[in-house]
Amino acid sequence: MKDLPAQPRDLDGNTVTPGLPMAMLAEITHRCPLACPYCSNPVELIRAKTEISADDWGRVFRQAADLGVLQVHISGGEPGARRDLAQIVTHARDAGLYVNLITSGIGITRDRLLELDAAGVDHVQLSLQGIRPDMADRISGHFGSWDKKMGFADWVTEIGFPLTINAVVHRQNMDRLPDMIALAERLGARRIEVATVQFHGWAELNRKALMPTRDQAETARRIVNEARIRLRGRMVIDYVPADHHAIYPKACMGGWGSLGLNVGPDGTVLPCHAAQSIDWMRFENVQDRSLSDIWHLSDSFNAFRGTEWMPEPCASCERKNVDFGGCRCQAMALAGDARATDPVCSKSPLHAQIVRRAEEDAAADTTEFVYRRMSKGG
Amino acid sequence: MTALITPDDVPYLPRGVRLENDQLRNIRVLQAPERAMQLDQIGDAILGELDGARSLAQITRDLAARYDAPVEQIEGDVRDFLTGLIERRMVFLRDIT
Repeated sequence: MKDLPAQPRDLDGNTVTPGLPMAMLAEITHRCPLACPYCSNPVELIRAKTEISADDWGRVFRQAADLGVLQVHISGGEPGARRDLAQIVTHARDAGLYVNLITSGIGITRDRLLELDAAGVDHVQLSLQGIRPDMADRISGHFGSWDKKMGFADWVTEIGFPLTINAVVHRQNMDRLPDMIALAERLGARRIEVATVQFHGWAELNRKALMPTRDQAETARRIVNEARIRLRGRMVIDYVPADHHAIYPKACMGGWGSLGLNVGPDGTVLPCHAAQSIDWMRFENVQDRSLSDIWHLSDSFNAFRGTEWMPEPCASCERKNVDFGGCRCQAMALAGDARATDPVCSKSPLHAQIVRRAEEDAAADTTEFVYRRMSKGG
Repeated sequence: MTALITPDDVPYLPRGVRLENDQLRNIRVLQAPERAMQLDQIGDAILGELDGARSLAQITRDLAARYDAPVEQIEGDVRDFLTGLIERRMVFLRDIT
């Protein structure tokens, strides 16, 4: 008789039922010419020599498509730091995936962009750190970044890729939001994503320099709402607000292990890009096990599936299937416990303390950054 | 609110937006930048008509004939559905003239 497959269980041993992922974030390298102080990569960066090959990515993409993934977001670091980026894109398209390229625009020449067009990139998302050279270059820690980005955006338009501008906002650039929206409009972007810094990893190290004030968050909300009306049918504005100022937490990842997965430069598979901040959790690698097995059977993906693992106040909350208890990594960072109610939730016992700390950080007069850099050696 | 589409507009799927089969889930999906939308039969039927040549008015007449339904009803369904996608920048328009 054939062995029955193992029954997926959450971290308490309750049975869970995995669904199918829709999207995969492929962080093909952590190398990046920029040094943004809120980088979403882990503080412990993966080095070039442990990056998996383009053919490995091809295998991962085929497994992902078989598993139900429809779209891949090819990101980094700066994906253009890999010379075989076009080959990786070709593999993704051959697997039948829709390819989003998430880039800083730095280090991809016009010729390479043409090569990526031929390889089948469906959509380009270009990051924006600020407006004008002084601000953009200071925040990204890269002199000349602004001019290079604007040149890149012109080539994107010339070739005809659909363009999304991703503006990451925080205390030091949020007041320029109207200019960012106007810039995206001028560049012919179909969409601008205005994302408030999420305070994990590198951003956590820079809270005092980045935390927006409550006034800024409210003003940004108003600006977004007005611009949405004005730009209806011309440009979409997606807005990720500062959840430190929210009543309820964000529905992080649409639920842990629910809709998406992340594969890192060395093939490590994560339920979200920040999951390694949960220091006790062990993550598996596509070099050792199939993506399907990792998705369906690994302890990491099953740990927080379903709602049975939730403590109070989540367990009895009517929103537990709306926001899934919020973000596990934020619970880890702020409560020191990955299964706790996300402390940005107004129902969390830690909420008052979190709000006070956010307000203190927002009032800090520092503008100095700890830039994201690889540590020496390796 | 002003109408985003008039009967003379020719709707089309721009670059980066395409109709696909999701064979695993056995559904039709509209793939677009950073978004995949499940389509029901009606949505699929409407988007299948966007050939970049026919206007909204022509598409509506053709659908009404094919499904033997009143033009007025089809017109509202098609316009509302396409308006939602125009707002998301997943359908573009060109002028017939």
